[in-house]
Amino acid sequence: MKELLEILENNARATPEEIGKMLGRKVSLVKNDIKNLEKNGVILKYKTIINKELLREEDSSVRALIEVKVVPQKNLGFDHIAERIYQFPEVTSCYLMSGTYDLLIIVEGKNLQKVSNFVAEKLSPMENIRGTVTHFILKKYKEDGDILKQPNKSKRPAITL
Amino acid sequence: MTMVGAHGHAPYITVSIIMNKKNIISRTVQDLPPSGIRVFFDLVIGMKDVISLGVGEPDFVTPWNIRETAIYAIEQGYTSYTSNKGLIELRQEISRYLKRRYGLDYDPEEEILITVGVSEGFDLAVRALTDHGDKLLIPEPSYVAYGPITSLCGGQPLYLKSDPAAGFKVSAGQIERNTDKKTKGLILNYPNNPTGASYSKKELLDIAKVIERHDLIMISDEIYCDLTYDFDHTPFPTLPRMKERTVYLNGFSKSFAMTGWRIAYACGPKDIIAAMTKIHQYTMLCASVISQMAAREALKNSDRAVQEMKREYRRRREFIISRLNEIGLSCHKPEGAFYAFPSIKDTGLSSLTFAQELLKREKVAAVPGTAFGPMGEGYLRMSYATSYENLKEAMARIERFVARIKPTT
Ligand SMILES: Cc1ncc(COP(=O)(O)O)c(C=O)c1O
Repeated sequence: MKELLEILENNARATPEEIGKMLGRKVSLVKNDIKNLEKNGVILKYKTIINKELLREEDSSVRALIEVKVVPQKNLGFDHIAERIYQFPEVTSCYLMSGTYDLLIIVEGKNLQKVSNFVAEKLSPMENIRGTVTHFILKKYKEDGDILKQPNKSKRPAITL
Repeated sequence: MTMVGAHGHAPYITVSIIMNKKNIISRTVQDLPPSGIRVFFDLVIGMKDVISLGVGEPDFVTPWNIRETAIYAIEQGYTSYTSNKGLIELRQEISRYLKRRYGLDYDPEEEILITVGVSEGFDLAVRALTDHGDKLLIPEPSYVAYGPITSLCGGQPLYLKSDPAAGFKVSAGQIERNTDKKTKGLILNYPNNPTGASYSKKELLDIAKVIERHDLIMISDEIYCDLTYDFDHTPFPTLPRMKERTVYLNGFSKSFAMTGWRIAYACGPKDIIAAMTKIHQYTMLCASVISQMAAREALKNSDRAVQEMKREYRRRREFIISRLNEIGLSCHKPEGAFYAFPSIKDTGLSSLTFAQELLKREKVAAVPGTAFGPMGEGYLRMSYATSYENLKEAMARIERFVARIKPTT
């Protein structure tokens, strides 16, 4: 099961037929495995990794990491406030952290202005938020295990014994 | 007076050779098998946009921790010779590694030698062990270096047919039948280049009995040991009483994707390692210190990377074997390495013709089995050390190619 996930994590478009060949497993069984993983929520969805650095200006976007300090609420801890934050579509990731702040969120917007507005108008005024620090991402080198650069061409000779 | 030619270059001086040209090159080298396959290779190299299944090395780059260690070694000024046998820290690490992985006990001081590739380790072993006329048994198809190096040392290669019906393995009986008073030893390579075959512990035990009974030496090239997919790899020296008769060759090229670093090791009984070191100190002095530092890091911190690469190779193996059989090129399932060795006999073409036509018509390069000896006729070596996308496309092209040539057979 782990190996099936390893294959799909790297290539969401691998077909059950291909996966069956790679793992030496019947196609019907692979289909079944995938169905079960989807049903259990282990496989949440299939996405495409896009290198947005290469998009034209009007299609591009900016991201910021925002450190958020909050006042935990009685009986609810951090979950309640986290939920209020992560429901915003601008928020692409949201983590509870150890250390000097509580939540780390990643916000995406069309431009700097849009992200700043979100912080100023939506995030900071929220009840129980004690403060935020915003870091804009200037350049992405690697994301979720993928290096955002075309790999170098192989330098191997075409034939060796 | 001027030494400069009309176009500003130094004039080329052709030394006319008085002697008959034939006599310049030593008899021994002249008699080495010519590489008839060279013409085919040149054809491959001259062609663009070829999908190559012809490559005998990993398609991964060396894991970053290893590369980074080498950069650091250079920064720190590790630029000198090391002791002939290699850095003691590396030999100790190898000793620990073999103990941890296989329960092997090799003394880092006297039983381990760092070599420039298994290529050098093999050369040293044969040179150290072979007197004029000694016979070495070599299962064929075989890695290309074994026969010629044996001949260069004045030895006599004696080829044993690896039986396709037995998964390209030689049997203990076969070794025994071909052994006589002049037989010095056996060269075994498992997992095997080019067939991918490997031997189970039980099969090796049978071979070990023959080795002992006839007082033979084993040169065991286990460079692909980490790429064994269906059972645990058994190093030959772990078998009872075999450590004292085995030169165990292993290296970093395949397991750690380090072919360009030229680094490997030989382990064996103290007197054999001492003899090999004697030659090594004159011909090589020592292996590159930077590669030695990198190799140490490889052994210490790369288990995860090695396992990831192995899983990837195994998936490609399953894929290529099942596709080849679908296409109608029957192929046994190789137990290790990264080669498939399908039969093309049903097409009626020779290995070389098949490979040439496949290259010309579909731009897929594979190595004719005959590159590994005459017993490779009827087979092709296809390396799956290439991306899954390449394999998929190559298989589609081979399918088309085979479908087209079928009617004429
Ligand atoms: C069976 C076998 N032995 C030895 C070698 C050479 O290895 P190294 O890079 O350590 O010289 C190869 C390389 O293809 C091989 O396939």
